[in-house]
Amino acid sequence: MLDTVMIGAVLASVVAAATTLLIASLGELVAERAGTLNLGVEGMMIIGAAVGYATAYSSGSLLLGTLAAVLAGVALSLVFAVLTVWLAANQVASGLATTILGLGLAGLIGAPFVGTRIDAAPELRIPGLTDLPIIGKAVFGQDAFVYASIALLVLVTWGLARTRTGLVIRAVGESHVAAHALGHPVRRIRTLAVMFGGACAGLAGAQLSLAYTPFWASDMTAGRGWIALALVVFSAWKPLWLLAGAYLFGAVSILQLHVQGFGLGIPSQLLSSLPYLATVAALVLISALKRGQGAPASLGVPFVPDR
Amino acid sequence: MRKILSLALGLAAGAALAGAGALPASAAEKLKAAWVYIGPVGDFGWTYQHDQGRKAVEAAFGDKVETTYVESVPEGPDAERVIEQLARAGNKIIFTTSFGYMEPTLKVAKRHPKVMFEHATGFKRDKNVATYNSKFHEGRYILGQIAAKMSKTGTIGYIGSFPIPEVISGINAMMLGAQSVNPDMKIKIVWVNSWFDPAKEADAAKALMDQGADIITQHTDSPAAMQAAEARGVKAFGQASDMISFGPKSQLTSIVDNWAPYYVKRVKEVMDGTWTSTDTWAGIKDGEVVMAPYTNMPDDVRAMAEATEAKIKSGELNPFKGPVYKQDGTLAAKEGEAVPDKDILSMNWYVKGIDDKVPGQ
Repeated sequence: MLDTVMIGAVLASVVAAATTLLIASLGELVAERAGTLNLGVEGMMIIGAAVGYATAYSSGSLLLGTLAAVLAGVALSLVFAVLTVWLAANQVASGLATTILGLGLAGLIGAPFVGTRIDAAPELRIPGLTDLPIIGKAVFGQDAFVYASIALLVLVTWGLARTRTGLVIRAVGESHVAAHALGHPVRRIRTLAVMFGGACAGLAGAQLSLAYTPFWASDMTAGRGWIALALVVFSAWKPLWLLAGAYLFGAVSILQLHVQGFGLGIPSQLLSSLPYLATVAALVLISALKRGQGAPASLGVPFVPDR
Repeated sequence: MRKILSLALGLAAGAALAGAGALPASAAEKLKAAWVYIGPVGDFGWTYQHDQGRKAVEAAFGDKVETTYVESVPEGPDAERVIEQLARAGNKIIFTTSFGYMEPTLKVAKRHPKVMFEHATGFKRDKNVATYNSKFHEGRYILGQIAAKMSKTGTIGYIGSFPIPEVISGINAMMLGAQSVNPDMKIKIVWVNSWFDPAKEADAAKALMDQGADIITQHTDSPAAMQAAEARGVKAFGQASDMISFGPKSQLTSIVDNWAPYYVKRVKEVMDGTWTSTDTWAGIKDGEVVMAPYTNMPDDVRAMAEATEAKIKSGELNPFKGPVYKQDGTLAAKEGEAVPDKDILSMNWYVKGIDDKVPGQ
């Protein structure tokens, strides 16, 4: 049933499916490590998809489209940042409002583009390497978004653990009072972290509407923002576990389609729920093994300086 | 206090934004008609086509009618609230366009006996609740014949949404069509358990192509599968809307939902006072199921497809004409008979020749 050509194709699909989740969840991870729980990921992602597509379609430039998507994600994240960081509003309610606003605005922006299409973002092609059996297409034949997601992963992992900026972000997330007492501008740092989250969510949206399925349709993110959010929690706020979670989710969601295609008679409803079950099981196991490394202590707590 | 204030601020922002979704309705002498949609009008699929029907009503009656719609209404209690609001806002006819709106529609209809309700794809009626549906399976039979002619691997890839009778009867009709040309045709079925998830639909199409299917058919709403097929040079069929722009070299045809004739007719009947509660199941003959132009195929295949379409239109051909055998070999319809409508509307079995099980059976 399986040959090397098919395994190669499956791996390539897995990488693409995991990339959306990895990009969006890396951004949210940084925002949460700084202490802000932004439930607006789905909204920032879809606005990125809509603005990215609209720009790429109108200008003919995928690069411009991607940039516009990132900026749109940042713009929407600022709405959330103003409400929660500067006006100390409830983060859960504001995040939900951000998602609702994003979905509505995206539908409005995208309306004139329904039914149009563009060419997908080009895939890398290195003669020799891309033709390698099994891993060739998965490793050397992807679009720029995939390589960007890996670069982002390295940046976030290294940045959070090894740089002074990362230390300050973590300090703000663990105890904003202590960080404030040390003279760190808590609100400015949180705003920047939220903006980073918005940029990543916008980029993930662009990956959907410019590379994965290069067209615009309302609600095309179909809940991936929420999965990205869940991955952050289950990864115990560790970027490398996020990588594992995103790829596990991607792998199971592609493989279950193949299992169905073989007609083994396993109920498709069960198979469709497998990505969720497998990811939850694996990540619960991870966090159980690493007890005591829970959420950032100030996550979701509004900060009001010097009362 | 501060906490309560901040919570209120967040919720108020959310409520204000959510409220912006419903369109305002102003009082006038015109006949007011409303539509309730399950998805966004921008889905380029099911809801998009219903909204095209609404626009056709506006075009047909101009100043004499005022239309309203509410999109992305979840099935359940939310639907009842939305339908109730539309009834109170003075709408004289309300179309609820998803199966799960059945009970909410009936409940609201009881409270508003002077408002006419139209529920799509349901089976429960009342004095002021009519039902309507399309015979999509008629189109599927034609797809099956084309697929059998065009496929080299002899395998159809089928992307299903949910294993409900409407989708299963489509799969069966397609297989019956395919078998009428090539009795050995195979079909691979992948369920995505969603009506609308473009990325997943694309993944499903890729998985089917990886497994050797060279004709892609979908019963989901986005053009993602068509686009994935186009990218690999594989032939495919569109769904709900004409998807030729997403597969200029791939699309063989699409089954297009055309609700316009029905909507125009029913709104007219309300205006004339001749509206009655009916059960309409229209197909190719009535212009409600429309085949997009037959493209990317040789002339003889096109001629065959057109001939079959004509036969279905004239009533000479019923896709479910006997003998039809179920997978286990039992007879669903004898020679000279056809599978009865009620059995099609509750279909939960595959025809002989499908090498898979209905999920959950």
